[in-house]
Amino acid sequence: MKNRSLVTLAGHSREKIEYLIRMAQEFENYPNRRLLAGRVVATLFFEPSTRTRLSFETAANRLGARVIGFADPKVTSGTKGETLKDTMMMVSSYADVIVMRHYLEGAALYASEVAPVPIVNAGDGANQHPSQTMLDLYTIYQTQGTLDNLNIYMVGDLKYGRTVHSLLMAMRHFNPTFHFIAPDELAMPAVYKRYCDEYGIRYVEHQDFDADTISDADILYMTRVQKERFADLDEYERVKDRYLLKKDMLCKVRENMKILHPLPRVNEIEYSIDDTPYAYYFQQAQNGLYARQALICDVLGFTLEDVVNDKTIL
Amino acid sequence: MMVAAIENGTVLDHIPSDRLFDVVSMLHLEKMSNAITIGFNLKSAVMGTKSIIKIADKYFTDEELNQLSAVAPNITMCVIKDYVIIEKRTVEMPEELVGIVQCPNPKCITNNEPMKTRFRSVAQGKDIIRCCYCNRDVELSDVRIVE
Repeated sequence: MKNRSLVTLAGHSREKIEYLIRMAQEFENYPNRRLLAGRVVATLFFEPSTRTRLSFETAANRLGARVIGFADPKVTSGTKGETLKDTMMMVSSYADVIVMRHYLEGAALYASEVAPVPIVNAGDGANQHPSQTMLDLYTIYQTQGTLDNLNIYMVGDLKYGRTVHSLLMAMRHFNPTFHFIAPDELAMPAVYKRYCDEYGIRYVEHQDFDADTISDADILYMTRVQKERFADLDEYERVKDRYLLKKDMLCKVRENMKILHPLPRVNEIEYSIDDTPYAYYFQQAQNGLYARQALICDVLGFTLEDVVNDKTIL
Repeated sequence: MMVAAIENGTVLDHIPSDRLFDVVSMLHLEKMSNAITIGFNLKSAVMGTKSIIKIADKYFTDEELNQLSAVAPNITMCVIKDYVIIEKRTVEMPEELVGIVQCPNPKCITNNEPMKTRFRSVAQGKDIIRCCYCNRDVELSDVRIVE
């Protein structure tokens, strides 16, 4: 049987991404169903991530599935020295699909190679976080009416920010222009700039973050500059306030511009921006539910047609 | 310095000197009983210095030889029969290098599970390979072989 696991969106075609967006739209229209009644979804979080886990578990619950799993890695056998493979084999004998967050990079691909049931990667170290990317793509599509030819500005921690890396790769089908705004210490890594070059994606790097820099943005993707990423704390103090989005910086932006953020936010978006028409991060988080419903159904073999013709809508 | 010709066997030439011992261990030459001549730090017009290995009465599979591309993409291999070169080619990067290269990323799953590493060439003509698991890029000059 073909392995239907979702490890990364990087290998997905344009058609497949558009297909998943259409499926997520169906779930946005009717999120509560019994489509997965009788199924068991395992959520294995080897690294804590409350909002991703809640989002996945809500997605499974609203589709009528039962959820098993753990949220705290301290309770798993991994701490007793069990290999990931053994854990996957064991859980595969209980569940129909495994949603996994792991602190090691490449853990999701390896799990998908050894587990007999499909894996949904809920983040593996600094590597991939495809469900976040899917909800980002869905949100961009929802706000712009298209994914094509957009100016996407990424701000903050572009070095360790897994979400920006995954989004960058998935956007390659849609002729984007990226603008990277980050301090030197947290600049977009060479491997992703090389990826842009490989796929002919345009990108511009900025150090300034002001009203003029962002005036052509369609999407402003904010991320948090985290103190623990800096070896030199003086350096952190110097740059930490340079990448905060303030309300007066929005004076020249395009009407269609939307601000996204993977959350949690600390202070990088001024709270008064929440009430402007540009703020979209809370809707973005909500879209995570629909995107994850689509991803779980897709790996379980449900088609868009199955979802459109679903008779289990509540 | 001259290295004696062999009657039958395999000659590996244009090995970067700093990779000679990697090549020895990847081909498990230290466990062989064949007659082996190794030239180390020989003068080379193109490379500055190079190393060469001549293994009598031994022929390698393409798979065995192509894995050497992970440490030295420009090695030339000659098959000798009755003192005559009957085949000469450079090693070719296989589509995947399995269980050969160690991933330099300590947080890569391959350094934390009992499993084989897997690398792919990033782009033809570029001396960079990418870990299939964590996507870390490694330049061939920095490659470390799995112990």
